[in-house]
Amino acid sequence: MSDTALAAKQAKAKELLDEHTRQTVRWHFSDETGCPFWLEKKRELKFDPLREVNCFEDLKKFPNFEDEWLRGGPIRRWVPKGLADKPVYVFETGGTTGIPKSRMVIEDHWIDYENFSDTLPDEHFPRGSNWLMLGPSGPRRLRLAVEHLAQYRGGICFCVDLDPRWVVKLLKKGDISGVKAYADHVIDQAVTILSAGHDIKCAFATPKLLEALALKLIDKGSSIEESGIKGIFAGGTEFTPQWYRFCREELLGPNVYITPTYGNTLMGLACGKPFDPADNFKITYYAPQPRAVIETVEFKDYNQVVPYGSTGRVKLYTMTKELFVPGFMERDEGERELPHDKYPWDGISGTRPFHEFAATTTVGVY
Amino acid sequence: MLEIPVIRWGQPYESMEKDKIVHFETGEAVATVNNANAGLIKMDMRKQGKARDILRQFSVEQLCSMAEKAADLYLNATLPLGNGTQNPQEFCRMQSATTGLPEHMCAGNMKKNAYVLRNMRHTLEALTRGLPFEILTKGYGMESRGVMVSYQAQTNVLGMVLPSNSPGVHTLWMPVIPLQIGLVLKPGPQEPWTPYRIYEAFAQAGVPREVFCIYPGGPECGAAVLETCNRAMIFGGLPTVERYHGNPRVQAHGPGFSKFLLGDDMVDQWEKYIDLMADSIFVNSGRSCISCSGIWASRHTEEIAEALAKRLGPVAPLPMSDPKSPLAAFTVPGAAKAINAQIEDLVKAPGATEVTAKYRNGDRHVAHERYDFLRPTIVHCSSTEPPIANTEYMFPFCSVVKCPQNEMLKKIGTTLVASCLTKDPKWSQELLDATNIDRLNIGEVKTIQLHWMQPHEGNIIDFLFRARAFQNTQPPSH
Repeated sequence: MSDTALAAKQAKAKELLDEHTRQTVRWHFSDETGCPFWLEKKRELKFDPLREVNCFEDLKKFPNFEDEWLRGGPIRRWVPKGLADKPVYVFETGGTTGIPKSRMVIEDHWIDYENFSDTLPDEHFPRGSNWLMLGPSGPRRLRLAVEHLAQYRGGICFCVDLDPRWVVKLLKKGDISGVKAYADHVIDQAVTILSAGHDIKCAFATPKLLEALALKLIDKGSSIEESGIKGIFAGGTEFTPQWYRFCREELLGPNVYITPTYGNTLMGLACGKPFDPADNFKITYYAPQPRAVIETVEFKDYNQVVPYGSTGRVKLYTMTKELFVPGFMERDEGERELPHDKYPWDGISGTRPFHEFAATTTVGVY
Repeated sequence: MLEIPVIRWGQPYESMEKDKIVHFETGEAVATVNNANAGLIKMDMRKQGKARDILRQFSVEQLCSMAEKAADLYLNATLPLGNGTQNPQEFCRMQSATTGLPEHMCAGNMKKNAYVLRNMRHTLEALTRGLPFEILTKGYGMESRGVMVSYQAQTNVLGMVLPSNSPGVHTLWMPVIPLQIGLVLKPGPQEPWTPYRIYEAFAQAGVPREVFCIYPGGPECGAAVLETCNRAMIFGGLPTVERYHGNPRVQAHGPGFSKFLLGDDMVDQWEKYIDLMADSIFVNSGRSCISCSGIWASRHTEEIAEALAKRLGPVAPLPMSDPKSPLAAFTVPGAAKAINAQIEDLVKAPGATEVTAKYRNGDRHVAHERYDFLRPTIVHCSSTEPPIANTEYMFPFCSVVKCPQNEMLKKIGTTLVASCLTKDPKWSQELLDATNIDRLNIGEVKTIQLHWMQPHEGNIIDFLFRARAFQNTQPPSH
């Protein structure tokens, strides 16, 4: 694609983002449609969001979103009045000890994964085929979202029981054999599902669980490919270029497709740039704009985007009718990447735990 | 720039993730090291049986001869390393630059490693108590006294999760190749030098490269090595030792709390033994688990502490290249500062007195922009009560503790090396019977003077092999 054509796409995407920002802010801060939390917060703001937010950049007038606000109830304070009559889900994050952070969801997880579905190549994720969900269960967004993705594509999703909070507890106790036993328990469930004649062709898995499943199948004289899986999207824990290469070259082989994703309960799902040998296994993610935006910002100034190629902390924005997050500092860092033809807005590569937190964070428990 | 690959059963592998290891003084990169990932290790370990098959194509005798040859290559040759080469002088310079150990100490450790390689046959004869080597290869055989014995290897490979701070530990894994067991090494982040150089020396001496893996990388690599090797060793602090306590697959090496114990029958001649004690504290910059961190006696402890302080207190850092450089640097930011603060706190306890300060002419903690030194420290403890009485640090540090002889064995705790000065037969027997002492020296032996024909922290033969029953004829009737 020529630079001019890409520039035009970028400009259009920017226009769309600005318009989406105006609509979202209007929805969340109008007395008729907004949620109690933001309507209450509006009184503390030194500006009027309804009049003074006219483009995406204006979101920087808001203070950073504090995820601590999500801890504890009442959860209904997050339900927009405009959606008050809808059935509500609650998804949790954290919570090994103490009160977890909760996100209220109505249909966002469906919409996000329907949009994500459009990015999946049908030849590797055949429509109508069944799925394996090899990730966390319980009050997690991912479990229901992947199940919806399978249903949206005409399939049925088979899940495992996996409680990440228990794994964190074992890790904190230093019970390595307990962690190993629990991982074996999870992988045994997956192997059983794959061996039960359910015609599973697609899967979601975290990198660690996919690795464990592939090795288990190798030990049984089989492989991911022989089990019938053709396409995998992976995420949920750190996904490094070395692992990506190892996975493609040694774990899966040339006939199984894998695509990396990046996301969380607040934002939804960022897609990986399609594999290109020229990228040398660099993984670049693009947020599902305009519903969510990722910025790579200076460590010392969270309102300042770093130059392309430079390292910064991940800042997330979520702008759906259900949730408004005007800038949340994620616990990750990475490098700012140029827009891409398929995703004509900024991307991020090399995501990894934010260096100031890395030493104290328990990463990749599942 | 020197670039060091991952080694996967002898094949170099270039990773997508690389770390630069830097000169501790300047921060300048010394080499780039490719990093493995856990899955890659787990995948490779599915093929570990091949290593033992390959090594059993040679006799133990042949492999001992290769080890002898490897000793000379390791000590003297210019050997390939990644995309370059390295001669012995460069080896010492690079090891010193990344670990903070003075160059002459690096050279000293080379000699020690080479000695073990060169004397492999004798070492194995000693550790196997004269077992015909063929029995280890075949799994069974008849001893000359007409007894059938069987030794079964418990693993095809030995995994080693190695530290950065003590190049001396490498002697522990050198007998493994001659014992026909493959080697899986996870080097310490700052000390890839010895594993790669010994690997190359073995290979040039004729050992097939396919029996070696070297996996530089993060903690996940160490965990993968421990998970996938049926026998492994790891080096760390007390929490590491406690974590693997009772796990027959993992031998965890931690602090040694090595000591001198002076018997009542000889303590009055303490002055005769000051050299032994000072060397035990000070040689190799006190960095080893066999360095002496405690001197226990029932009397004269004040004088002993004073004499040691007078000897060691004035010792100050010198450049790493100085052949008399006495102290290793702390290269992990904040470590020396934290240790210094802890000592300052502990010497406030009643009964604890720092004796070195008045001889030091300066602070214990010598801080530089990127590294630090801690100068030798002798603390006197008037009883076993002060918590500092049984402590170990990674620099020349020793507590001189007053304790009645009849209470010593109960109070010294776990002790890797105890050098005991006594001729009292009764106490000597008690020392021999004390299960909290690993290596026992009775006589004028420094704690750091290891005889390599003796087992260290358990016999590696017992760790790697299991003596079991084997019969190919019926037993005598009874």
